[in-house]
Amino acid sequence: MTLRRRFNQSVDWAFQALGLVVTVLGLVVLVTLLVDIARDGLSRVSWQFVTSFPSRRPEDAGVYAALVGSVFVIGLTALIAIPLGVGSAIYLEEYSRRSRWSRLIELNIANLAGVPSIIYGLLGLALFVRALGFGRSVLAGASTLALLVLPVVILSTREALRAVPPSLREGSYALGATRWQTIWYQVLPAALPGTVTGLILALSRAIGETAPLIAIGALTYVPFAPDGIWSPFTVLPIQIFNWVSRPQAEFLRNAAAGIIVLLGLLLAMNGAATFIRDRAQIKTDR
Amino acid sequence: MSVSSRGRLERAIEHLLFACASVSILVTIGILSVLVFETVQFFRTVSPIEFLFGTTWTPLFFDKQFGVLPLVAGTVLVSSVAMAVALPAGLLTAIYLSEYAPTSVRRVVKPVLEVLAGVPTVVYGYFALLFVTPLLQQLVPGLAGFNALSPGLVMGIMILPMVSSLSEDALHSVPSGLREAAYALGATRAQATVRVVVPAAFSGISAAAILAVSRAIGETMIVTIAAGQQPRLTGNPLVPIETMTAYIVQVSLGDTPAGTIEYQTIFAVGMLLFVSTFALNMVSQWLRERLREEYS
Repeated sequence: MTLRRRFNQSVDWAFQALGLVVTVLGLVVLVTLLVDIARDGLSRVSWQFVTSFPSRRPEDAGVYAALVGSVFVIGLTALIAIPLGVGSAIYLEEYSRRSRWSRLIELNIANLAGVPSIIYGLLGLALFVRALGFGRSVLAGASTLALLVLPVVILSTREALRAVPPSLREGSYALGATRWQTIWYQVLPAALPGTVTGLILALSRAIGETAPLIAIGALTYVPFAPDGIWSPFTVLPIQIFNWVSRPQAEFLRNAAAGIIVLLGLLLAMNGAATFIRDRAQIKTDR
Repeated sequence: MSVSSRGRLERAIEHLLFACASVSILVTIGILSVLVFETVQFFRTVSPIEFLFGTTWTPLFFDKQFGVLPLVAGTVLVSSVAMAVALPAGLLTAIYLSEYAPTSVRRVVKPVLEVLAGVPTVVYGYFALLFVTPLLQQLVPGLAGFNALSPGLVMGIMILPMVSSLSEDALHSVPSGLREAAYALGATRAQATVRVVVPAAFSGISAAAILAVSRAIGETMIVTIAAGQQPRLTGNPLVPIETMTAYIVQVSLGDTPAGTIEYQTIFAVGMLLFVSTFALNMVSQWLRERLREEYS
């Protein structure tokens, strides 16, 4: 019996050790990936690289057009996706009466969140680029990405709204406020930090998207920065993809350097999201 | 403001918000109509039988053949490699985090997993092509520069966080009474986990696995960059292949005018991709709902 017991305990111990090793695997891969990219591209990142247009000569090429393109597209994506997404979330969380229609909307949003991003690209190509005549413009790209992140925006905003205690709403109603007054003056301000954090995370997902923008026909070689919503454009991930597809080692170094710029941008966005969340936490703790 | 005009404003706002919420339905209708419209056009030229069961895919060549099976095979192959990594590793991670790990370890591991899930796919593509493939070539003789193995492994790491976080939620939803009963019968933690907790969370864990398959099938950039662009009906992970998603990108990169058969193929392939991921997502959702019903 004691032998059996000792055996069981060593199995338990081995199981735990295996779990720990596998859990650390993710960390190891992440570090390897970052070190590999830093080794390949860090020496290429410079002010010249960030402010130059793409070029046939790898040593002259830079990410300026792609960086400005990414910022343009994401800014416009935010302008489209935030009102739509926050509006939907408010309706579903504060108004909907568990009707069959709102049940359908919820199921639909959960399903949309699982549709592959390239399919959104096909939708954007047929709807925005061709049917609505936006062409291969910043507006077409931003509209496509806005639809792509819409489910994420709705889900995260709903979560932020749900975290607002019902007592706040009841207090407001007791003072005679209407439903919209309650939402606008009480619920939304209380849910703001959570909402903003979710929005930034949704947008940082959009900034790394490549496939849907290739599908709508965003250009891979753009020697100018976009100057309006009708302008053709490229974005950082597409520029990186373009460089990765070339055989010359010098272009591969550019790709690594482009990745460093992209990861830097993502890090800044995520840092902002964490900062907002933590500051809100301190406020509510007091 | 009078009471009645305030009431009108209230109703107007509610209608406006309702309209916002309905946009998501329009998106689904949009996706479906675009895919169906172009696919019907496509089937006027190519019979559905030839498309679904043909074994040669050469729509961009002079001698056009429209058998989608090579693309399906490539997709299944890469996804299988990815699942072979993500499923065991994700489940073990979930078990460790949920049943064993002290809070301090959880506090480090969870954000790292979140970062892994947030890395853009084009970055994983770079990593697969220029780091993992050369590394594997030293270990596996005969591995081509473009292959299904390397992007599959990297994709497995990418979807690992999703498997582990959804499985962990499932394990958490198992009532602690079940664990305590197992301990009371003299079970060790490993025994309680393997024989009681994991079976009790089974529907939730399957939901996570199915969602991961759906994600793997729809992943685009890793395979476009590192798996090659040669549609090939094979189960060999060492040679170049092409997935459904990579084909869509390949055609999109060229300048294909609307209305041509090449243009219609990407929607037909997209339709197949949409139908398969949609079916998997529905099953996953149904399983998750069942888990919720079991323990609440």
